[in-house]
Amino acid sequence: MSFITVNRLWKEYGSAVVLENLNLQVKQGEFCTLVGASGCGKSTFLKMLLGQEQPSRGELNLEGQTFPGEPDRNRGIVFQRYSVFPHLTVRQNVLLGLELEQKPFLGKLFGQQRREALDKVDGMIESVGLAHAANKWPHELSGGMQQRLAIAQSFIMRPRVLLLDEPFGALDPGIRGDMHELILKLWRETGTTIFMVTHDLQEGFYLGTRLLVFDKVRNDPQQPEAYGATITYDLPIGETSRQVYQSIESSVSETARNLSA
Amino acid sequence: MRLINRHPGRASALVLGLIPFLLAILVYGMASRERLAENPNDKLLPGLEQMTSAINRMAFQEDRRSGDYLMWQDTKASLQRLAIGVGIAASLALAVGLLNGVLPVFRAGLAPLVSALSMIPPLAILPILFIVFGLGELSKVMLIVIGTAPIMMRDVAQRVRELPQEQLIKIQTLGANSWQVVTRMALPQVLPRLIDTVRLSLGPAWLFLIAAEAIASEEGLGYRIFLVRRYLAMDVILPYVLWITLLAIVIDQLLRLTNRRLFPWYNAGGH
Repeated sequence: MSFITVNRLWKEYGSAVVLENLNLQVKQGEFCTLVGASGCGKSTFLKMLLGQEQPSRGELNLEGQTFPGEPDRNRGIVFQRYSVFPHLTVRQNVLLGLELEQKPFLGKLFGQQRREALDKVDGMIESVGLAHAANKWPHELSGGMQQRLAIAQSFIMRPRVLLLDEPFGALDPGIRGDMHELILKLWRETGTTIFMVTHDLQEGFYLGTRLLVFDKVRNDPQQPEAYGATITYDLPIGETSRQVYQSIESSVSETARNLSA
Repeated sequence: MRLINRHPGRASALVLGLIPFLLAILVYGMASRERLAENPNDKLLPGLEQMTSAINRMAFQEDRRSGDYLMWQDTKASLQRLAIGVGIAASLALAVGLLNGVLPVFRAGLAPLVSALSMIPPLAILPILFIVFGLGELSKVMLIVIGTAPIMMRDVAQRVRELPQEQLIKIQTLGANSWQVVTRMALPQVLPRLIDTVRLSLGPAWLFLIAAEAIASEEGLGYRIFLVRRYLAMDVILPYVLWITLLAIVIDQLLRLTNRRLFPWYNAGGH
Protein backbone atom coordinates (compact mmCIF):
# COMPACT_ATOMS: atom_id res chain seq x y z
CA MET A 1 0.00 0.00 0.00
CA SER A 2 1.36 3.38 -0.88
CA PHE A 3 1.82 6.13 1.67
CA ILE A 4 -0.43 8.71 0.04
CA THR A 5 -3.15 7.73 -2.40
CA VAL A 6 -5.14 10.16 -4.50
CA ASN A 7 -8.00 8.54 -6.32
CA ARG A 8 -10.23 10.38 -8.83
CA LEU A 9 -10.02 13.56 -6.86
CA TRP A 10 -12.02 16.66 -7.88
CA LYS A 11 -12.06 20.11 -6.36
CA GLU A 12 -14.70 22.63 -7.34
CA TYR A 13 -15.68 26.03 -6.02
CA GLY A 14 -19.25 26.50 -7.17
CA SER A 15 -19.14 26.15 -10.94
CA ALA A 16 -15.40 26.72 -11.15
CA VAL A 17 -13.48 23.47 -11.49
CA VAL A 18 -9.97 23.71 -10.08
CA LEU A 19 -8.82 20.11 -10.15
CA GLU A 20 -10.32 17.33 -12.16
CA ASN A 21 -9.79 13.62 -11.91
CA LEU A 22 -6.47 13.59 -10.07
CA ASN A 23 -4.82 10.21 -9.56
CA LEU A 24 -1.55 9.78 -7.72
CA GLN A 25 0.36 7.34 -5.56
CA VAL A 26 3.24 8.55 -3.45
CA LYS A 27 5.63 6.36 -1.48
CA GLN A 28 7.01 7.34 1.89
CA GLY A 29 10.16 9.40 1.60
CA GLU A 30 9.50 10.76 -1.88
CA PHE A 31 10.28 14.39 -2.68
CA CYS A 32 7.68 15.62 -5.15
CA THR A 33 7.86 19.01 -6.80
CA LEU A 34 4.64 20.43 -8.13
CA VAL A 35 4.88 22.88 -11.03
CA GLY A 36 2.33 24.54 -13.26
CA ALA A 37 0.79 27.90 -14.15
CA SER A 38 -0.86 30.04 -11.47
CA GLY A 39 -4.44 28.98 -10.92
CA CYS A 40 -3.79 25.37 -11.86
CA GLY A 41 -4.59 24.04 -8.44
CA LYS A 42 -1.09 23.29 -7.11
CA SER A 43 -1.68 25.28 -3.95
CA THR A 44 -5.22 23.92 -3.65
CA PHE A 45 -3.83 20.40 -3.77
CA LEU A 46 -1.30 21.33 -1.10
CA LYS A 47 -4.08 22.78 1.07
CA MET A 48 -5.96 19.50 0.78
CA LEU A 49 -2.86 17.59 1.86
CA LEU A 50 -2.63 20.00 4.78
CA GLY A 51 -6.28 19.61 5.79
CA GLN A 52 -7.11 23.26 5.15
CA GLU A 53 -9.40 22.33 2.23
CA GLN A 54 -11.46 19.22 1.58
CA PRO A 55 -11.85 17.45 -1.77
CA SER A 56 -15.23 17.89 -3.48
CA ARG A 57 -15.17 14.34 -4.81
CA GLY A 58 -12.82 11.42 -4.78
CA GLU A 59 -10.43 9.99 -2.22
CA LEU A 60 -7.36 11.40 -0.55
CA ASN A 61 -5.83 8.80 1.75
CA LEU A 62 -2.85 8.65 4.07
CA GLU A 63 -1.92 5.01 4.64
CA GLY A 64 -5.43 3.95 3.71
CA GLN A 65 -7.11 6.45 6.06
CA THR A 66 -8.91 9.61 4.92
CA PHE A 67 -6.78 12.69 5.48
CA PRO A 68 -7.53 14.47 8.78
CA GLY A 69 -9.82 17.45 8.19
CA GLU A 70 -7.62 20.02 9.91
CA PRO A 71 -3.90 20.71 10.10
CA ASP A 72 -1.99 18.62 12.68
CA ARG A 73 1.55 18.03 13.89
CA ASN A 74 2.17 15.23 11.38
CA ARG A 75 2.09 17.61 8.43
CA GLY A 76 4.48 20.54 8.50
CA ILE A 77 4.23 23.58 6.26
CA VAL A 78 6.50 26.35 5.07
CA PHE A 79 4.80 29.22 3.28
CA GLN A 80 6.41 31.85 1.10
CA ARG A 81 5.96 34.41 3.90
CA TYR A 82 4.57 34.82 7.42
CA SER A 83 5.58 31.32 8.49
CA VAL A 84 7.46 32.39 11.61
CA PHE A 85 6.16 34.16 14.68
CA PRO A 86 7.33 37.78 14.91
CA HIS A 87 6.96 37.89 18.71
CA LEU A 88 9.39 35.02 19.30
CA THR A 89 13.15 34.95 18.80
CA VAL A 90 14.76 32.40 16.52
CA ARG A 91 15.30 29.98 19.39
CA GLN A 92 11.81 30.48 20.78
CA ASN A 93 10.32 29.95 17.33
CA VAL A 94 12.01 26.57 16.97
CA LEU A 95 11.25 25.64 20.57
CA LEU A 96 7.55 26.44 20.18
CA GLY A 97 6.48 23.14 18.65
CA LEU A 98 8.18 21.10 21.38
CA GLU A 99 6.58 23.24 24.07
CA LEU A 100 3.10 22.94 22.54
CA GLU A 101 3.48 19.19 22.29
CA GLN A 102 4.74 18.60 25.82
CA LYS A 103 2.62 21.13 27.70
CA PRO A 104 -0.98 21.13 26.44
CA PHE A 105 -2.12 23.67 28.99
CA LEU A 106 0.82 25.96 29.75
CA GLY A 107 2.42 25.74 26.32
CA LYS A 108 5.78 26.53 27.93
CA LEU A 109 8.65 24.42 29.21
CA PHE A 110 10.66 25.17 32.33
CA GLY A 111 13.78 23.95 34.09
CA GLN A 112 15.30 20.63 33.10
CA GLN A 113 12.73 19.87 30.40
CA ARG A 114 13.38 23.24 28.81
CA ARG A 115 17.14 22.69 28.83
CA GLU A 116 16.75 19.30 27.18
CA ALA A 117 14.46 20.74 24.54
CA LEU A 118 16.81 23.65 23.94
CA ASP A 119 19.67 21.23 23.24
CA LYS A 120 17.58 19.78 20.45
CA VAL A 121 16.58 23.24 19.28
CA ASP A 122 20.18 24.44 19.14
CA GLY A 123 21.15 21.40 17.11
CA MET A 124 18.37 22.15 14.64
CA ILE A 125 19.29 25.84 14.45
CA GLU A 126 22.90 24.83 13.84
CA SER A 127 21.96 22.51 11.00
CA VAL A 128 20.03 25.22 9.14
CA GLY A 129 22.93 27.62 9.63
CA LEU A 130 21.31 30.10 12.00
CA ALA A 131 23.50 29.49 15.05
CA HIS A 132 24.89 33.02 14.92
CA ALA A 133 21.37 34.48 14.96
CA ALA A 134 19.80 32.26 17.63
CA ASN A 135 18.67 35.16 19.82
CA LYS A 136 17.54 37.54 17.10
CA TRP A 137 13.97 38.51 16.29
CA PRO A 138 12.61 37.43 12.90
CA HIS A 139 12.40 41.02 11.66
CA GLU A 140 16.16 41.26 12.08
CA LEU A 141 16.67 38.36 9.64
CA SER A 142 16.87 38.47 5.87
CA GLY A 143 14.22 36.73 3.77
CA GLY A 144 16.42 33.67 3.28
CA MET A 145 17.21 33.42 6.98
CA GLN A 146 13.50 33.67 7.82
CA GLN A 147 12.83 30.74 5.51
CA ARG A 148 15.66 28.76 7.13
CA LEU A 149 13.97 29.44 10.45
CA ALA A 150 10.58 28.34 9.12
CA ILE A 151 12.15 25.13 7.83
CA ALA A 152 13.86 24.45 11.17
CA GLN A 153 10.61 25.15 13.00
CA SER A 154 8.81 22.51 10.91
CA PHE A 155 11.59 19.91 10.77
CA ILE A 156 12.09 19.76 14.53
CA MET A 157 8.61 18.25 14.81
CA ARG A 158 9.67 15.39 12.53
CA PRO A 159 6.47 15.63 10.47
CA ARG A 160 5.59 12.65 8.31
CA VAL A 161 4.78 14.97 5.42
CA LEU A 162 6.37 18.34 4.81
CA LEU A 163 4.58 20.78 2.52
CA LEU A 164 6.46 23.68 0.97
CA ASP A 165 4.32 26.33 -0.72
CA GLU A 166 6.65 28.29 -3.00
CA PRO A 167 9.08 28.59 -0.11
CA PHE A 168 11.87 30.22 -2.09
CA GLY A 169 9.74 32.30 -4.45
CA ALA A 170 10.64 35.60 -2.81
CA LEU A 171 14.39 34.93 -2.53
CA ASP A 172 17.34 36.01 -4.65
CA PRO A 173 18.57 33.35 -7.11
CA GLY A 174 21.89 32.86 -5.29
CA ILE A 175 20.23 32.36 -1.93
CA ARG A 176 17.77 30.00 -3.56
CA GLY A 177 20.60 27.64 -4.47
CA ASP A 178 21.76 27.51 -0.85
CA MET A 179 18.21 26.78 0.26
CA HIS A 180 17.96 23.90 -2.22
CA GLU A 181 21.04 22.34 -0.70
CA LEU A 182 19.65 22.82 2.79
CA ILE A 183 16.32 21.23 2.03
CA LEU A 184 17.94 18.29 0.22
CA LYS A 185 20.28 17.74 3.16
CA LEU A 186 17.45 17.73 5.69
CA TRP A 187 15.35 15.51 3.47
CA ARG A 188 18.16 12.93 3.20
CA GLU A 189 18.73 13.03 6.95
CA THR A 190 15.10 12.66 7.99
CA GLY A 191 13.47 10.75 5.13
CA THR A 192 10.37 12.94 5.37
CA THR A 193 7.96 12.88 2.45
CA ILE A 194 8.07 16.33 0.86
CA PHE A 195 5.70 18.12 -1.50
CA MET A 196 6.99 21.38 -2.86
CA VAL A 197 5.00 23.80 -4.99
CA THR A 198 7.10 26.01 -7.21
CA HIS A 199 6.68 28.47 -10.05
CA ASP A 200 10.16 27.78 -11.22
CA LEU A 201 10.29 24.89 -13.68
CA GLN A 202 14.10 24.71 -13.35
CA GLU A 203 13.75 24.24 -9.61
CA GLY A 204 11.23 21.46 -10.19
CA PHE A 205 13.56 19.69 -12.60
CA TYR A 206 16.51 19.79 -10.29
CA LEU A 207 15.09 19.16 -6.84
CA GLY A 208 13.64 15.98 -5.40
CA THR A 209 12.73 12.61 -6.82
CA ARG A 210 9.60 13.26 -8.77
CA LEU A 211 8.15 16.04 -10.87
CA LEU A 212 4.39 16.56 -11.06
CA VAL A 213 3.12 19.02 -13.66
CA PHE A 214 -0.34 20.48 -13.04
CA ASP A 215 -1.92 21.69 -16.25
CA LYS A 216 -5.23 22.04 -18.00
CA VAL A 217 -5.80 19.49 -20.71
CA ARG A 218 -8.93 21.13 -21.98
CA ASN A 219 -9.51 24.82 -22.27
CA ASP A 220 -12.65 26.77 -23.08
CA PRO A 221 -11.64 30.30 -24.10
CA GLN A 222 -15.15 31.61 -23.31
CA GLN A 223 -15.25 30.06 -19.87
CA PRO A 224 -11.80 29.39 -18.43
CA GLU A 225 -13.15 27.92 -15.16
CA ALA A 226 -15.21 25.25 -16.92
CA TYR A 227 -12.35 22.77 -16.95
CA GLY A 228 -9.96 22.02 -14.15
CA ALA A 229 -6.31 21.09 -14.11
CA THR A 230 -4.89 17.67 -13.60
CA ILE A 231 -1.46 16.06 -13.49
CA THR A 232 -0.20 16.02 -17.08
CA TYR A 233 3.37 14.84 -16.47
CA ASP A 234 4.57 12.60 -13.67
CA LEU A 235 8.28 12.15 -14.15
CA PRO A 236 11.05 10.68 -12.05
CA ILE A 237 13.81 13.22 -11.72
CA GLY A 238 17.08 12.39 -13.42
CA GLU A 239 15.37 10.88 -16.44
CA THR A 240 14.19 14.18 -17.76
CA SER A 241 15.54 15.50 -21.00
CA ARG A 242 15.83 18.93 -22.55
CA GLN A 243 13.04 18.04 -24.94
CA VAL A 244 10.62 17.14 -22.16
CA TYR A 245 11.55 20.34 -20.37
CA GLN A 246 10.71 22.42 -23.42
CA SER A 247 7.44 20.68 -24.10
CA ILE A 248 6.33 21.15 -20.47
CA GLU A 249 7.44 24.74 -20.55
CA SER A 250 5.46 25.54 -23.69
CA SER A 251 2.35 23.76 -22.48
CA VAL A 252 2.44 25.43 -19.07
CA SER A 253 3.00 28.89 -20.49
CA GLU A 254 0.18 28.40 -22.98
CA THR A 255 -2.17 27.57 -20.11
CA ALA A 256 -0.92 30.59 -18.22
CA ARG A 257 -1.67 32.80 -21.21
CA ASN A 258 -5.14 31.31 -21.57
CA LEU A 259 -5.87 31.85 -17.89
CA SER A 260 -4.73 35.44 -17.84
CA ALA A 261 -6.44 36.34 -21.14
CA MET B 1 11.06 72.54 -5.56
CA ARG B 2 7.48 71.46 -4.92
CA LEU B 3 6.09 72.16 -1.47
CA ILE B 4 5.28 68.47 -0.96
CA ASN B 5 8.98 67.63 -1.28
CA ARG B 6 10.28 70.17 1.20
CA HIS B 7 11.09 68.52 4.49
CA PRO B 8 12.02 70.59 7.56
CA GLY B 9 15.17 69.60 9.46
CA ARG B 10 15.11 68.57 13.12
CA ALA B 11 15.67 72.03 14.52
CA SER B 12 13.27 73.80 12.20
CA ALA B 13 10.61 71.12 12.83
CA LEU B 14 10.94 71.83 16.55
CA VAL B 15 10.60 75.57 16.00
CA LEU B 16 7.65 75.07 13.65
CA GLY B 17 6.00 72.89 16.28
CA LEU B 18 6.48 75.49 18.99
CA ILE B 19 5.20 78.45 16.99
CA PRO B 20 1.46 77.70 17.37
CA PHE B 21 1.85 77.30 21.14
CA LEU B 22 3.78 80.54 21.47
CA LEU B 23 1.27 82.34 19.28
CA ALA B 24 -1.65 81.10 21.39
CA ILE B 25 0.07 82.22 24.60
CA LEU B 26 0.94 85.56 23.06
CA VAL B 27 -2.59 86.24 21.84
CA TYR B 28 -4.05 85.22 25.18
CA GLY B 29 -1.54 87.35 27.09
CA MET B 30 -2.32 90.43 25.04
CA ALA B 31 -6.07 90.00 25.32
CA SER B 32 -5.82 89.35 29.04
CA ARG B 33 -3.65 92.40 29.66
CA GLU B 34 -6.04 94.59 27.73
CA ARG B 35 -9.05 93.45 29.72
CA LEU B 36 -7.23 93.69 33.04
CA ALA B 37 -6.09 97.21 32.20
CA GLU B 38 -9.70 98.19 31.80
CA ASN B 39 -10.96 96.32 34.85
CA PRO B 40 -8.46 94.80 37.34
CA ASN B 41 -11.22 92.52 38.70
CA ASP B 42 -12.00 91.00 35.31
CA LYS B 43 -12.58 87.27 35.68
CA LEU B 44 -12.86 86.16 32.09
CA LEU B 45 -9.22 86.23 30.99
CA PRO B 46 -7.11 85.97 34.15
CA GLY B 47 -3.42 86.82 33.89
CA LEU B 48 -0.48 84.71 34.98
CA GLU B 49 -0.54 86.28 38.42
CA GLN B 50 -4.17 85.36 39.14
CA MET B 51 -3.63 81.85 37.83
CA THR B 52 -0.51 81.18 39.92
CA SER B 53 -2.23 82.42 43.00
CA ALA B 54 -5.19 80.19 42.24
CA ILE B 55 -2.90 77.18 41.74
CA ASN B 56 -1.12 78.07 44.95
CA ARG B 57 -4.43 78.20 46.77
CA MET B 58 -5.76 74.96 45.29
CA ALA B 59 -2.61 72.87 45.35
CA PHE B 60 -0.37 74.10 48.14
CA GLN B 61 -2.68 75.45 50.81
CA GLU B 62 -5.10 73.51 52.95
CA ASP B 63 -8.69 74.15 52.15
CA ARG B 64 -10.15 76.26 54.93
CA ARG B 65 -13.29 74.21 55.17
CA SER B 66 -12.05 70.61 54.78
CA GLY B 67 -8.34 70.91 55.49
CA ASP B 68 -7.45 69.09 52.26
CA TYR B 69 -5.18 70.07 49.40
CA LEU B 70 -7.98 70.22 46.86
CA MET B 71 -6.11 69.91 43.60
CA TRP B 72 -4.19 66.82 44.69
CA GLN B 73 -7.31 65.32 46.16
CA ASP B 74 -9.17 65.95 42.89
CA THR B 75 -6.30 64.53 40.87
CA LYS B 76 -6.12 61.40 42.97
CA ALA B 77 -9.89 60.82 42.79
CA SER B 78 -10.02 61.32 39.04
CA LEU B 79 -6.95 59.25 38.21
CA GLN B 80 -8.22 56.44 40.38
CA ARG B 81 -11.56 56.37 38.56
CA LEU B 82 -9.84 56.60 35.22
CA ALA B 83 -7.40 53.80 36.03
CA ILE B 84 -10.06 51.43 37.36
CA GLY B 85 -12.43 52.20 34.48
CA VAL B 86 -9.86 51.88 31.72
CA GLY B 87 -8.30 48.85 33.42
CA ILE B 88 -11.59 46.98 33.54
CA ALA B 89 -12.45 48.04 29.99
CA ALA B 90 -9.08 46.89 28.66
CA SER B 91 -9.32 43.52 30.43
CA LEU B 92 -12.82 42.96 29.09
CA ALA B 93 -11.70 44.04 25.64
CA LEU B 94 -8.79 41.62 25.73
CA ALA B 95 -10.91 38.65 26.83
CA VAL B 96 -13.87 39.25 24.51
CA GLY B 97 -11.71 40.47 21.64
CA LEU B 98 -9.48 37.40 21.75
CA LEU B 99 -12.41 35.00 21.84
CA ASN B 100 -14.17 36.91 19.05
CA GLY B 101 -11.03 37.03 17.00
CA VAL B 102 -9.94 33.42 17.37
CA LEU B 103 -13.14 31.38 17.70
CA PRO B 104 -15.62 31.62 14.80
CA VAL B 105 -18.41 30.16 16.93
CA PHE B 106 -17.89 32.78 19.58
CA ARG B 107 -17.68 35.51 16.97
CA ALA B 108 -20.98 34.46 15.38
CA GLY B 109 -22.68 34.64 18.75
CA LEU B 110 -21.15 37.76 20.17
CA ALA B 111 -19.82 40.08 17.46
CA PRO B 112 -23.25 41.52 16.50
CA LEU B 113 -23.96 42.30 20.16
CA VAL B 114 -20.61 44.01 20.61
CA SER B 115 -21.18 46.04 17.45
CA ALA B 116 -24.63 47.10 18.64
CA LEU B 117 -23.33 48.01 22.11
CA SER B 118 -20.57 50.13 20.65
CA MET B 119 -23.22 52.20 18.84
CA ILE B 120 -25.04 53.23 22.05
CA PRO B 121 -24.07 56.79 22.97
CA PRO B 122 -22.68 56.17 26.48
CA LEU B 123 -23.80 59.52 27.88
CA ALA B 124 -27.38 58.65 26.99
CA ILE B 125 -27.30 55.80 29.49
CA LEU B 126 -25.59 57.80 32.23
CA PRO B 127 -28.96 58.36 33.96
CA ILE B 128 -29.54 54.60 33.91
CA LEU B 129 -26.14 54.08 35.53
CA PHE B 130 -26.95 56.61 38.25
CA ILE B 131 -30.27 54.90 38.87
CA VAL B 132 -28.82 51.39 38.90
CA PHE B 133 -25.46 51.93 40.54
CA GLY B 134 -26.24 54.99 42.64
CA LEU B 135 -24.29 58.24 42.66
CA GLY B 136 -21.10 56.72 44.10
CA GLU B 137 -17.84 55.67 42.49
CA LEU B 138 -19.33 52.66 40.73
CA SER B 139 -21.50 54.59 38.30
CA LYS B 140 -18.59 56.79 37.20
CA VAL B 141 -16.30 53.81 36.65
CA MET B 142 -19.11 52.01 34.82
CA LEU B 143 -19.60 54.92 32.47
CA ILE B 144 -15.93 54.76 31.47
CA VAL B 145 -16.16 51.00 31.04
CA ILE B 146 -19.33 51.12 28.97
CA GLY B 147 -18.05 54.04 26.97
CA THR B 148 -14.70 52.56 26.01
CA ALA B 149 -14.91 48.76 26.26
CA PRO B 150 -17.09 47.88 23.21
CA ILE B 151 -14.91 49.81 20.78
CA MET B 152 -11.77 48.31 22.29
CA MET B 153 -13.33 44.83 22.02
CA ARG B 154 -13.97 45.38 18.33
CA ASP B 155 -10.48 46.70 17.85
CA VAL B 156 -8.80 43.77 19.60
CA ALA B 157 -10.89 41.27 17.62
CA GLN B 158 -9.94 43.07 14.43
CA ARG B 159 -6.24 43.00 15.34
CA VAL B 160 -6.44 39.26 16.03
CA ARG B 161 -8.06 38.66 12.68
CA GLU B 162 -5.39 40.73 10.96
CA LEU B 163 -2.74 38.23 12.05
CA PRO B 164 -1.68 36.36 8.89
CA GLN B 165 -3.70 33.23 8.16
CA GLU B 166 -0.37 31.49 7.54
CA GLN B 167 0.51 31.82 11.23
CA LEU B 168 -2.75 30.21 12.28
CA ILE B 169 -2.09 27.24 9.98
CA LYS B 170 1.54 27.04 11.00
CA ILE B 171 0.87 26.83 14.72
CA GLN B 172 -1.68 24.07 14.09
CA THR B 173 0.95 22.09 12.20
CA LEU B 174 3.11 22.46 15.30
CA GLY B 175 0.36 20.69 17.21
CA ALA B 176 -1.31 23.60 19.00
CA ASN B 177 -4.79 23.13 20.45
CA SER B 178 -7.28 26.04 20.47
CA TRP B 179 -6.20 27.19 23.91
CA GLN B 180 -2.57 27.25 22.85
CA VAL B 181 -3.45 29.19 19.70
CA VAL B 182 -4.92 31.86 21.98
CA THR B 183 -2.18 31.88 24.61
CA ARG B 184 0.93 31.40 22.48
CA MET B 185 -0.02 33.09 19.21
CA ALA B 186 -2.90 35.54 19.54
CA LEU B 187 -2.48 36.92 23.07
CA PRO B 188 1.21 37.82 22.95
CA GLN B 189 0.83 39.47 19.56
CA VAL B 190 -2.28 41.40 20.50
CA LEU B 191 -0.96 42.81 23.80
CA PRO B 192 1.09 45.62 22.26
CA ARG B 193 -1.85 46.43 20.01
CA LEU B 194 -4.09 46.56 23.07
CA ILE B 195 -1.81 49.18 24.60
CA ASP B 196 -2.14 51.24 21.42
CA THR B 197 -5.91 50.87 21.62
CA VAL B 198 -5.91 51.98 25.25
CA ARG B 199 -3.92 55.07 24.27
CA LEU B 200 -6.57 55.96 21.71
CA SER B 201 -9.38 55.27 24.17
CA LEU B 202 -7.97 57.56 26.84
CA GLY B 203 -9.51 60.59 25.13
CA PRO B 204 -13.07 59.23 25.36
CA ALA B 205 -12.30 57.89 28.85
CA TRP B 206 -11.44 61.41 30.09
CA LEU B 207 -14.58 62.73 28.42
CA PHE B 208 -16.80 60.24 30.24
CA LEU B 209 -14.97 60.76 33.51
CA ILE B 210 -15.41 64.50 33.48
CA ALA B 211 -19.03 64.23 32.35
CA ALA B 212 -19.85 61.86 35.20
CA GLU B 213 -17.99 63.99 37.74
CA ALA B 214 -19.70 67.14 36.53
CA ILE B 215 -23.12 65.67 37.15
CA ALA B 216 -22.72 63.92 40.48
CA SER B 217 -19.57 63.93 42.57
CA GLU B 218 -17.89 65.38 45.62
CA GLU B 219 -14.35 65.50 44.35
CA GLY B 220 -12.46 65.13 41.12
CA LEU B 221 -10.99 67.36 38.44
CA GLY B 222 -14.21 67.50 36.42
CA TYR B 223 -16.26 68.15 39.53
CA ARG B 224 -14.05 71.08 40.52
CA ILE B 225 -14.18 72.73 37.11
CA PHE B 226 -17.94 72.58 37.01
CA LEU B 227 -18.20 73.72 40.64
CA VAL B 228 -16.12 76.87 40.24
CA ARG B 229 -17.87 77.67 36.96
CA ARG B 230 -20.62 79.17 39.12
CA TYR B 231 -18.19 81.86 40.25
CA LEU B 232 -16.75 82.35 36.77
CA ALA B 233 -13.44 81.27 38.29
CA MET B 234 -11.46 81.11 35.09
CA ASP B 235 -8.29 81.45 37.16
CA VAL B 236 -8.99 77.93 38.49
CA ILE B 237 -10.59 76.41 35.40
CA LEU B 238 -7.77 77.24 33.01
CA PRO B 239 -4.96 75.75 35.15
CA TYR B 240 -7.13 72.70 35.78
CA VAL B 241 -7.66 72.19 32.06
CA LEU B 242 -3.92 72.57 31.45
CA TRP B 243 -3.25 70.10 34.29
CA ILE B 244 -5.66 67.54 32.82
CA THR B 245 -4.02 67.95 29.42
CA LEU B 246 -0.62 67.45 30.96
CA LEU B 247 -1.79 64.32 32.78
CA ALA B 248 -3.22 62.96 29.55
CA ILE B 249 0.05 63.56 27.72
CA VAL B 250 2.11 61.96 30.48
CA ILE B 251 -0.13 58.87 30.63
CA ASP B 252 -0.04 58.53 26.85
CA GLN B 253 3.75 58.76 26.74
CA LEU B 254 4.15 56.32 29.64
CA LEU B 255 2.03 53.80 27.75
CA ARG B 256 4.06 54.37 24.61
CA LEU B 257 7.32 53.79 26.48
CA THR B 258 5.92 50.72 28.25
CA ASN B 259 4.97 49.32 24.87
CA ARG B 260 8.47 49.90 23.50
CA ARG B 261 10.13 48.41 26.53
CA LEU B 262 7.93 45.33 26.80
CA PHE B 263 7.56 44.49 23.11
CA PRO B 264 10.77 45.28 21.27
CA TRP B 265 9.76 43.12 18.31
CA TYR B 266 6.54 45.10 17.80
CA ASN B 267 8.02 48.54 17.68
CA ALA B 268 10.93 47.65 15.45
CA GLY B 269 8.52 46.82 12.66
CA GLY B 270 8.39 43.12 13.43
CA HIS B 271 4.71 42.78 12.73
